[in-house]
Amino acid sequence: MAEYGVILVHTTSHAIQAERVLLRAGLGVKLIPTPRHLSSDCGSAVRIEIADRPAAEAALAAAGLPIDRIEPLDE
Amino acid sequence: MIYLDNAATSWPKPEPVTAAMARFLRDVGASPGRSGHRLANEAERVRFEARELLASLFGLADPLRVIFTHNATAALNLVIRGLLTPGTHVITTGMEHNAVMRPLSALAATGVSLTILPCAPDGTLDPTLLDQHVRSDTRLVICNHASNVCGTVLPIRALGARAHAHGLPLLVDAAQTAGVRPINLHDDNVDLLAFTGHKGLLGPTGTGGLVIHEDFDIARLPALIHGGTGSRSESERQPDFLPDKYEAGTPNAVGLAGLVAGLQYVLARGVAAISAHEQELARRLITGLTHLPNVQVQGTHDPQRQTAVVSFTIDGRACSEVAYALDERFDIMCRPGLHCAPRAHQTLGTLPAGTLRLSPGLFTTLDEIDEALARVAELAGVESDG
Repeated sequence: MAEYGVILVHTTSHAIQAERVLLRAGLGVKLIPTPRHLSSDCGSAVRIEIADRPAAEAALAAAGLPIDRIEPLDE
Repeated sequence: MIYLDNAATSWPKPEPVTAAMARFLRDVGASPGRSGHRLANEAERVRFEARELLASLFGLADPLRVIFTHNATAALNLVIRGLLTPGTHVITTGMEHNAVMRPLSALAATGVSLTILPCAPDGTLDPTLLDQHVRSDTRLVICNHASNVCGTVLPIRALGARAHAHGLPLLVDAAQTAGVRPINLHDDNVDLLAFTGHKGLLGPTGTGGLVIHEDFDIARLPALIHGGTGSRSESERQPDFLPDKYEAGTPNAVGLAGLVAGLQYVLARGVAAISAHEQELARRLITGLTHLPNVQVQGTHDPQRQTAVVSFTIDGRACSEVAYALDERFDIMCRPGLHCAPRAHQTLGTLPAGTLRLSPGLFTTLDEIDEALARVAELAGVESDG
């Protein structure tokens, strides 16, 4: 089972905004290069702990931040 | 040296602006929005902080509706060339800079029709004039917030209210007012605001942009420049989402680092306090100049109704000659001529000779104003009483 999830966003600006929103929500986040097998974007994605997924989704929705999707990430 | 050319570019900059740019070049350096490594992410954080600070300054909730361009001119061109197509009509004012007038003139040659609302000889505008000129094919109203020639503030809030009553968006050129006059997109009825970073926001040249109201549908506004954004790289079509839609190509990241520091300085000091300081400088300048018998001062002569941009002429003297003497003999920097705004000079009655423009800034002192006034009096052949 995956330990992490990755939040795929449309642009790095959204990744930075997501990082801010999730940090303010007290969640652990790390920006990573967008995994090539998940997206063609050459920017950044936001890695979270998979257990935090519901909290992250709630925080992002509350901030009105558009995301592409969240995928499990196998390290 | 006395620098009175802040309407062109503010100087000096607060020390943190220089420090932030040096730090960015030394320690960050990378391209925001691309690559995904830690330096690129740090560069993107800097750019995002600039968006957040600008959104806060202009009363916008969503920082991604702040778009960066190289200057206000590029932002104005983006909107003007995007919204106006042959067969449409646009309304602007008799006080505009060539950043508005030149793109409009180019479009007029392609079949866009243009109405220029006349302004009074002091540069003021009666916003009710708008109602008489709106047509079924009108698409946009454009107005500068304050004249770069004589500082006169235009009634954007009243004009925006009237534009909205006709279902038209208002584009404001805030090159002269961002950072020195309060602006709130919601309260001031502004749909699209073009700003520059290198004047009242105290950042470096090569920074500026467009702020887009939440209610403005970006599907209406095509991109002007197409290119790489770091997003949707599989596609050869420009992304349709903000901010990437309007931000093709590597941005001026080091400039934005400086702009962040400039914005922090402005926000810490407070726009109201900056405005009060500049009004005091303007009052001193206007009072001193109107005192000289052979000097004609343009504009309202009222610091409440203008920025600290003061234009004047000396009877029988070419403004370029006076500016040269101020620079060479007295170390005073100012700007003579038409200030890239022949339309405004036509309204003021100072075309084609132009004016001498003194534009103090946040770091100008009253002593410097008094020194400049004494030197102008000397060059005008008037005995100084100071």
